[in-house]
Amino acid sequence: MHLTSRRGQQRRERVGQTGAERPRTRRRRLRIGVLALTIGTVQALSACAGWGGGGLGGGGADSINVLMVNNPQMVDLQGLTEKYFTAKTGIRVNYTVLPENDVRDKISQEFTSQAGQYDVASLSNFEIPIYARAKWISPLDGFIAKDPGFDQDDILKPMQTSLSSEGKIYGEPFYGESSFLMYRKDVLAAKGITMPPHPTWPQVADIAAKVDGAQPGMAGICLRGQPGWGQIFAPLTTVVNTFGGTWFEKDWTPGVNAAPFVEAVTFYVDLVREHGEKGAPQAGFTECLNNLTQGSAAMWYDATSAAGSLEAKGSPVRGKIGYVAAPVVKTKSSGWLYAWSWSIQAASTKQENAWKFISWASGKDYENLVGEQLGWSRVPAGKRASTYENPKYLAEAGAFAEPTREAIESADPENPGVQPRPAPGIQFVGIPEFPALGTQVSQYVSSAIAGRMTVKEALDRGQRLAQDVAERYQSREGK
Amino acid sequence: MTATTRTDDPGRMPQSQGARAGSGGVQIVHRKQPRSHALLSLAAWVIGLLFALPVIWMILTSFHSETDAATNPPSVFAPLSLEGYRTFFAAGPWPSLLNSLTASVISTILVLLLSFPAAYALSIRPVKKWTDVLFFFLSTKMLPIVAGILPIYIFAQKTHLLDNIWLLIILYTSMNTPIAVWMLRSFLAEVPVEMLEAAEVDGAGLIRTLREIIAPVVMPGIAAAALICFIFSWNELLLARVLTGTVAGTAPVFLTGFVTSQGLFLAKVCAASLIVSLPVLTAGFAAQDKLVQGLSMGAIK
Repeated sequence: MHLTSRRGQQRRERVGQTGAERPRTRRRRLRIGVLALTIGTVQALSACAGWGGGGLGGGGADSINVLMVNNPQMVDLQGLTEKYFTAKTGIRVNYTVLPENDVRDKISQEFTSQAGQYDVASLSNFEIPIYARAKWISPLDGFIAKDPGFDQDDILKPMQTSLSSEGKIYGEPFYGESSFLMYRKDVLAAKGITMPPHPTWPQVADIAAKVDGAQPGMAGICLRGQPGWGQIFAPLTTVVNTFGGTWFEKDWTPGVNAAPFVEAVTFYVDLVREHGEKGAPQAGFTECLNNLTQGSAAMWYDATSAAGSLEAKGSPVRGKIGYVAAPVVKTKSSGWLYAWSWSIQAASTKQENAWKFISWASGKDYENLVGEQLGWSRVPAGKRASTYENPKYLAEAGAFAEPTREAIESADPENPGVQPRPAPGIQFVGIPEFPALGTQVSQYVSSAIAGRMTVKEALDRGQRLAQDVAERYQSREGK
Repeated sequence: MTATTRTDDPGRMPQSQGARAGSGGVQIVHRKQPRSHALLSLAAWVIGLLFALPVIWMILTSFHSETDAATNPPSVFAPLSLEGYRTFFAAGPWPSLLNSLTASVISTILVLLLSFPAAYALSIRPVKKWTDVLFFFLSTKMLPIVAGILPIYIFAQKTHLLDNIWLLIILYTSMNTPIAVWMLRSFLAEVPVEMLEAAEVDGAGLIRTLREIIAPVVMPGIAAAALICFIFSWNELLLARVLTGTVAGTAPVFLTGFVTSQGLFLAKVCAASLIVSLPVLTAGFAAQDKLVQGLSMGAIK
């Protein structure tokens, strides 16, 4: 501030604006003119809203905006759209592609406010029933009825169920997955072990102990330990289900520290601590995929979509992996169900065009297109029965096609455990509160894997959090 | 004209003195303790390398194939490939790069147009009792942007400004103006009063004083302020991610699009990051001389 006060003393009157006044004014005018011209040019260059083309927000009349997660299948779709969709229909598709967490943020921001910027978004079977109840997305039955070529009956039944709400369909799957157990056939064979086609978890734990260290640096099994409702709690909730546990009973009584839940988590934590991968508390899908690819794990229980990467050309374990159903204890099956799907925002003004896009992207012809153009291992599979009858697809994906189809077909999102549930979902509870609840509890479980907390302690804390959620629902339903 | 030549020297004086004093100091150390000098340079090199290492690593990784980029331990000598760059350019980065350029350049021009008069009125010809406004300017930076994002979003939605590059320009301008005012104010305060007085005595008007007396002295400061504003708006992610969509998305938003939870992405992301940081690097190199002068002269000593 001292400088300013020093300047304060320097206030003086202007001297001499006489002689050179006129030429200076002219020059000043010239400068202002140049400046205005520059700004004008920049303005003109930047067109109306941005360089992406189109006008404000919604783009042209014959274009739609699509917000989607940047998984490889979506990136393929983006690459094929112009040549195979826009050229035929005249509908231009503007994509926004974001990582999973970002896309979830943006979708919830967009759909809760019904901003209408996006016509179609990639949603999962977790969000779709919730969004449908809130009337943020449009029912698709009307469009389906008018579009027999789409062949809705070809969509696998559990997918249809999990993308519906109150008898109406709100989403069409783009690709789907369940979970199964992947194992190194060569490693098990060298130890003289045969993997049963429908293993139980105790059997898997036995095998993990036997193959642990079968090769230098090889763990018996890889299981996710990374916090996150979609990370560790995807496989772990299926284990809880089959051990007879549940997050909530039908009347919303939380069961997080009930005996079966504790038993399941103890089993999982012990297994991963004793025979699991290195750095388990930070290991998620990608880390386990790397472990199996690089020979650092003999088995892996995870998404069926992993098989595509394991069997891809250039993968060092191509052809060495066996696939069997998700291990069970008290239930018949325990695979999860997940589908990246398309939904139309209720506030969209271009619903017809949006359906044309969905019908193309989730259609049979698109699968063939990807197969012919990019290779059959890149087909967005796991949603149509016809995919698993396509000889070209089976020739490429024969190793895991049937186990995948079986896993999806046997998944029951309405009734995944031994008791009735208050909300649908296998590896999640279909309520808006679950991401927060699941992620918080997962942090405790992850700490238990790291040895900083006991399982009992972790789940007692989890129970208190679940209690808070349950009370809201109990009081609502009590009314 | 005489005024300029006469007053130019005192203007340069403090800098040249400073430079002389600085190099003198180093020389003394050198003469007395050559070993510690060598150690100091070694330390400087090590620290410099440590800072440069992530960037070097990024450049190297960007030329690897995805599978080589993901190995652990890292494969430094893996064969080089342009796969990452090919994927980046195939994804159509130009609209978002142009959006970023538009938002950064226009907002930087607007910031300078707004903040220079403000800084002038706060240092060279202070308006009475208005210097406290500096703290008001600064206080606008105290609220984290994320705290204001919801009202901004709702405002943008109601005014149909979502996914519009002009909204980002307005926001970046208002975000950077306080910083620029503070920087320019301290640069302007360095202009020796005697120079201005001499110019006035010689009959120079406001425009001429600005152009021929003040501009040469504070140009490095303006360059530094402009570059900082440009960098801040070029790299801004939070507002861009929330407020843009398919049309007005900027380069950082486009960049995040390469991160995926399924499949490998390190090489592509490194290639994309490198290209996205090129404009800022180029601007930095181009303005290097001015920048060093400006930064050692002004507020952020």
